[in-house]
Amino acid sequence: MFKKLILGTAAVAMLSGAQMMSASAEDMHYVPSLSYRTGPFAGGGIPVANGFSDYMNMLNARDGGIGGVKIVVEECETGYNSQKGVECYESTKGKGALVYNPMSTGITLQLVPKAPVDEIPVLSMGYGLSATAIGEKFPWGFNYPTTYWNQLSSILKYIDSKGGIKGKKIGFIYLDVGYGKEPIPLLDKLATSMGFTTAKFPVGVKEMQSQSSHWLNVRKERPDWMIMWGWGAMNSTAIKEAAKIKYPLDHFIGNWWSGADADLRPVGEVGKGYVAANFSGIGTDFPALQDVLKHVVDAGKSQVKDKSLVGDVLYNRGLFNAVIVAEAIAAAQKATGKKAITGADMRVGLETFDLSAARLKELGLEGFAAPVKASCSDHEGAGSVFLQQWNGSAWEKISDAIAPMNDVVRPLLEEAADKYTADKPDWKTQSC
Amino acid sequence: MFYREAGQYKTSYKADQAIFPIFQDRMAIVFYLLVAFVAIPYFGSDFFITSMMIPFLIFSLAAIGLNILVGYTGQISLGTGAFMGVGAYACYKMTSIFPDVNIIILIISSGIFSAAVGMIFGLPSLRIKGFYLVVTTLAAQFFLEWCFIRVPWLYNYNDSGAIEVPQREALGVIVTGASATPTTRYLIVLAIVVAMTWVASNIIHGRIGRSWMMIRDMDIAAELMGIRPLYAKLSAFAVSSFYCGVAGAMMVFFWLGAAEVESFDVNHSFLILFMVVIGGLGSLVGSFLGAAFIWILPVILRAIPDTIGLDINAATVEHINFMIIGGLIIFFLIVEPHGLARLWALAKQKLRVWPFPY
Repeated sequence: MFKKLILGTAAVAMLSGAQMMSASAEDMHYVPSLSYRTGPFAGGGIPVANGFSDYMNMLNARDGGIGGVKIVVEECETGYNSQKGVECYESTKGKGALVYNPMSTGITLQLVPKAPVDEIPVLSMGYGLSATAIGEKFPWGFNYPTTYWNQLSSILKYIDSKGGIKGKKIGFIYLDVGYGKEPIPLLDKLATSMGFTTAKFPVGVKEMQSQSSHWLNVRKERPDWMIMWGWGAMNSTAIKEAAKIKYPLDHFIGNWWSGADADLRPVGEVGKGYVAANFSGIGTDFPALQDVLKHVVDAGKSQVKDKSLVGDVLYNRGLFNAVIVAEAIAAAQKATGKKAITGADMRVGLETFDLSAARLKELGLEGFAAPVKASCSDHEGAGSVFLQQWNGSAWEKISDAIAPMNDVVRPLLEEAADKYTADKPDWKTQSC
Repeated sequence: MFYREAGQYKTSYKADQAIFPIFQDRMAIVFYLLVAFVAIPYFGSDFFITSMMIPFLIFSLAAIGLNILVGYTGQISLGTGAFMGVGAYACYKMTSIFPDVNIIILIISSGIFSAAVGMIFGLPSLRIKGFYLVVTTLAAQFFLEWCFIRVPWLYNYNDSGAIEVPQREALGVIVTGASATPTTRYLIVLAIVVAMTWVASNIIHGRIGRSWMMIRDMDIAAELMGIRPLYAKLSAFAVSSFYCGVAGAMMVFFWLGAAEVESFDVNHSFLILFMVVIGGLGSLVGSFLGAAFIWILPVILRAIPDTIGLDINAATVEHINFMIIGGLIIFFLIVEPHGLARLWALAKQKLRVWPFPY
């Protein structure tokens, strides 16, 4: 009987699913947001999801959507878990999804092979599979504005500009999962060409909050600079431990997922001097963010708990993700002449939009991020990152945009893309 | 009234000892198989098949594997997630070493590797019992997880450390990879699960299964009666890990498409242990009921607010979901500590005498 009950409920759920699909035929831009507001990484997931949906809602309230068509953001909770992420994907893809922003490298890896089959592009903004930057090999994968590998090259360039990198020892502390290991091939490659040595300190997911042994090793190895690829609770723990062994924090650089307000607030004064990379602006001193505050947050349509959280690093990251999606939708409308677009049209949009400095100014985001120009072969836009420093209570921008070393990174990306497609005989490629 | 065996006479020992002695039960099995093999592929939406049925079947198989160990032999294990991982990584390596071999053969043979690993980690069970055994299987879990991260050969030196499923065909149909249709993948998973459940049922009701249950009920008595614990316990570990390994390989190849080490972490061991405990220790039906309870119910609960038009944000739904499932687990364990399988059996028992209970 119980089994029948389950089957019965399942049948009901199935029917209602079919019903929802037919209801979505009316015009709208349906953008699923795979968010994680629960689980161990919720601290990072909440602001990103808020920034993403708030910007879209602002466009709805201020401009009536994009090209006269409203945007519908539907959140699906993944808990940063790949299996739930796939479930979210399966449950939303039939409703006319334009693009997926998985917000997790693990989920991205699952979605990249599905994208060409379902004809829905995947935009993993600054995470995911670096090799999707090669547009010829990955027509359906995008990672604007830049990749992990580009970012690492920018960070190394910064170190080089601060008294040379040749002969120095670079420590690399990373979360020991796919995400953290991603930049290692580039690090090893650049170590030989730029003439520095490396020391690697993997931190397992279970050890995120007890890193004393790792930092004991750091003290033993005495690296001149430390670079961190961390996420969630790992970041604040690492900074505290670094301060404990009296490591000079201005020689400790985190990547763009290790430099959020949420990471540094619990550290506070102790973390003063810590440096992190970033590619989206800090604060709310941009007309577009003022519009978000006016139309969405003050109108009570936002999920942000506290107004002061608007404009923090990860909120703006999510907002920038929304900006790229919105620009691509507009570009797709222009390219196809249609108002309501499909996932396949969206792919065209993602290859043709041009977020130039002038366009950023027009959007009310002057200086918010480095310009990104989309193209068929370059799916990352080779965007630059800048560095920010924690002053004990807030982030300050300390460098101009540092361009990545495209000449070194691009061949490596191509190599990785070839490796990925090698054992997939039917993989769809394109020529640009 | 309709469900009773009045008039069904057993004229041979074979008929009397049958697993489904009642005619209606046999018809029900045929009906379930018809639904599973014909109705669901025909009527089910992609979401229903990929996000509910495929994982449900895979977890059922893993739960059967763990049930053999915990429910039938009485050896508690927390290494299920890792044994599933061994199957998955073994299958992945074999697809890259033998690209032309039929993938279904590779999936089944990947179980051999996890069976071997399971036997090695089962050795301590000859000396220690209960909680001490839990600790050693937990060690297996962590050791194997460590291997999946630290031995790059296992994932073909992939930069991201993940294993990605290559596209493979069987009999001219694409069966793995993103281009394989959900229905194809579902039917293969279903066929493997049904076949392996049938095999498990036969092992359990045969000499080997009986020796396991003797060990479970009282190992000293079993030993005195001539059961060798070495063979009984290690065979239980081997068969159990074999099932888990095949389930793990199917999880990556027919469901997820790519997996990192997190897909095989200790939480999965717990998840499958919960399925076994809630479904019913020592019951094959229980393994299916437990998997349905733990996997399908949350998916349905998640879909409810959307279906009835309530606008609740995704995170709140998730929180409520946790609470409901947690509450139901406690409720069922209080009402029926022997699990859903016992509830199912009681319901059938009641149905037999309905409407005139005595």
